[in-house]
Amino acid sequence: MNSSVSSSSAALVRLEQVRFAYGEREVLRGIDLEIHRGQVVAIMGGSGSGKTTLLRLIGGQLRARSGRVEVAGQDLGGLPHSALYALRRRMGMLFQFGALFTDSNVFDNVAFPLREHTDLPETLIRDLVLMKLQAVGLRGAAALMPAELSGGMARRVALARAVALDPMLVLYDEPFAGLDPISLGIIGQLIRRLNDALGAASVMVTHDVHASLELVDYVYFVSAGGIVARGTPDEIRASTDPYVHQFVYAEADGPVPFHYPAAPIASLLDKVSA
Amino acid sequence: MTAVLRRIGALTVDGIWWLGFISRFFAMVLIHSGQSFRRLPLTIREIYFSGVLSLLIIVVSGLFVGLVLGLQGYDILQRFGSSDALGIMVALSLLRELGPVVAALLFASRAGSAVTAEIGLMKATEQLQAMDMMAVNPIARVVAPRFWGGVISMPLLAAMFSAMGIFGGWLIGVVAIGVDNGAFWSQMQAAVDFRYDVVNGVIKSFVFGVAVSLIAVFEGFDCQPTAEGVSRAITRTVVGSALAILALDFVLTSFMFRGL
Repeated sequence: MNSSVSSSSAALVRLEQVRFAYGEREVLRGIDLEIHRGQVVAIMGGSGSGKTTLLRLIGGQLRARSGRVEVAGQDLGGLPHSALYALRRRMGMLFQFGALFTDSNVFDNVAFPLREHTDLPETLIRDLVLMKLQAVGLRGAAALMPAELSGGMARRVALARAVALDPMLVLYDEPFAGLDPISLGIIGQLIRRLNDALGAASVMVTHDVHASLELVDYVYFVSAGGIVARGTPDEIRASTDPYVHQFVYAEADGPVPFHYPAAPIASLLDKVSA
Repeated sequence: MTAVLRRIGALTVDGIWWLGFISRFFAMVLIHSGQSFRRLPLTIREIYFSGVLSLLIIVVSGLFVGLVLGLQGYDILQRFGSSDALGIMVALSLLRELGPVVAALLFASRAGSAVTAEIGLMKATEQLQAMDMMAVNPIARVVAPRFWGGVISMPLLAAMFSAMGIFGGWLIGVVAIGVDNGAFWSQMQAAVDFRYDVVNGVIKSFVFGVAVSLIAVFEGFDCQPTAEGVSRAITRTVVGSALAILALDFVLTSFMFRGL
């Protein structure tokens, strides 16, 4: 693990005072974070806390309302579409349910970015695709269609596709959602192993505290549009911050209340008895 | 009364917004159409899905429309002692109107709805987003080939519809009822003008192809990425295409066939 990635090295991803809103509803309020090459970073937080929005800002799918989102030294805010696409060729993204192309088999899904962005001969593409599939343990499934894959297998194929062009940055949107423990362990190991092999940076948005604390180098906790805690997995486990504690130990009540806001029940009882 | 006016106003504003969005989308499709022609297999694949797979419904419907035209035409024409003109009536009805219009309506329900569903489901399952994140423009890779596949297929399907219709008219008129075979074909040949009747029919089917394909790809691309959203988009494609075909047919007919 790269828990002590030098803070002096240039950050691959840097967010400075980023604010974002969907219409009038402000989702992110002044986010600052840095991600370096070699790191696997988790962004955690409850549902609707803005972590997926954060991932989309890093991928350039959304533009910040104010502040600066920088990837590989380029400010995404003012980047023209062609330059954004050039940058995305050096990124990979794993979607929550894989987002495999349902009209293509496993082989063609993984070959897609290679065919689109390179002029490699088909024989070389075949070798590269089989190598990527071998890395995720699915070389034997190359001829299967996405509908024939389990959730875990689909996620592994999508991972092979995401790293097909050896990206410098890989984004993961809920990579563990809906997986059985074996598939979850496999995906976790693959994320770590591929990141280390590529010397890339990985950003993972997840709810799964225990699986991700086992493999990441650094964690950012997002709540109410801001970063409420940050640190290494050990620091997070030992955190006394009430929100982090509630999240890590899955407590039903705390800073995130169990009850939806309502009038005190005593006032209702008074009305009934009157 | 105020509520009715407000509703009419809201519908008008929504309609203008929709027109604005679809015009902008059309411009984007045209701008990104280069890839559809540079990578011809993508477009040929869509011609297969939109055109070839629609052949059955087009051929069968064309045949039945021709059979009905033959029966109705003979019934009317023989009252005036001009049953020999059956070939002209069948051919002109099909080439000028029924071929392009009915084929386009069938094309919208068979291929248009399928294109909307496919693009809508790709959106709902994040396939379009995944493509965009791989620096591949979904309009160039997914939308434009489907649009051109539809535009190219439509005139061919309309021609097939008209041919089958004429065959159906001949089957009823000549084979079943006994209209003179020579008169059926020679009168048709003499009366049908290539530029005035055939080319205008082809122009109509091309315009309908552009309208139906554009509505189908736009509704799929613009839909809410949910099961309900995709289903609504399919309904909008079929209804919107039917209205567009009929309205455009009136406009085109008023320009093309004024008896001048």
